[in-house]
Amino acid sequence: MASSSTNSPCAACKFLRRKCQPECVFAPYFPPDQPQKFANVHKVFGASNVTKLLNELHPSQREDAVNSLAYEADMRLRDPVYGCVGVISLLQHQLRQLQIDLSCAKSELSKYQSLGILAATHQSLGINLLAGANADGSTTATVRDHHYHHHQFFPREQMFGGLDVPAGNNYDGGILAIGQISQFQQPRAAAGDDGRRTVDPS
Amino acid sequence: MSSSSYSNYTNSPCAACKFLRRKCTSECVFAPYFPPDEPLKFANVHRIFGASNVSKILHEVAPHQREDAVNSLAYEAEARLKDPVYGCVGAISVLQREVLRLQRELEETNADLMRYASCLGGETSAYGGRRG
Repeated sequence: MASSSTNSPCAACKFLRRKCQPECVFAPYFPPDQPQKFANVHKVFGASNVTKLLNELHPSQREDAVNSLAYEADMRLRDPVYGCVGVISLLQHQLRQLQIDLSCAKSELSKYQSLGILAATHQSLGINLLAGANADGSTTATVRDHHYHHHQFFPREQMFGGLDVPAGNNYDGGILAIGQISQFQQPRAAAGDDGRRTVDPS
Repeated sequence: MSSSSYSNYTNSPCAACKFLRRKCTSECVFAPYFPPDEPLKFANVHRIFGASNVSKILHEVAPHQREDAVNSLAYEAEARLKDPVYGCVGAISVLQREVLRLQRELEETNADLMRYASCLGGETSAYGGRRG
């Protein structure tokens, strides 16, 4: 943390072209070697608003507050329309899709698990479920014929590159009840069972 | 996305001009997005961002994007007022952790599926016909 007792003013006072006092509220959180951090925060929130915000907080909370403000400011400058609300919207969308994918994968897994139990039971009774050919030359559909075309079973690529919280920040705050941001949702066509065939264990 | 139907040609100033105690002119940049019946929206945005910063942001974005910009600013402002330390960044942190958790769970489930498929399928790979 920058100390205003040194000769070097903090990034805020340097930006604002004022003397950096020992009691400067910005100095601990805007070191002189990170000028862009204050410049961004000032551009989006304004120095006086940040001062008011910091003064309302306990000193132990101020570093986290400044870092979250800096993150919000950075996101707003990158995306003036949505800021970090766009990130929330994308994450919610990604989460919904993952939940669907996981539900499908678990559903398929439970079918296999049931089949596995059935196979074990039949094996113990001398019945082979996986015989490809019957005595009369006909073939019986087996699990080998089940093609897993459904791309939803596989982890999706990360769609959103800039989601990492800046290093050194700790945003492990309490859960914020944010609800759904319906106006920012990006609707996705429901994935269908494209190409899947039902497993027939018989 | 449609703009507010509020017209600043009426006698009633928009919520921003009412808050700022100034005349609401026909060129008021806030009027379409801060109707007089939603005073808290502007009050919150003003408290966190300041009127001049909001005005600058609105002038930087295209007119058809301004409504979304105002709504996202209002959302961030409200989140910051409810959680002065983390604002809406707290929600991002929670969501990111949840996404990672589900991704890990999905990977594990996929691995289990592959194990079952290879066991029951013998030499044939269950994913041989999978589209890439």
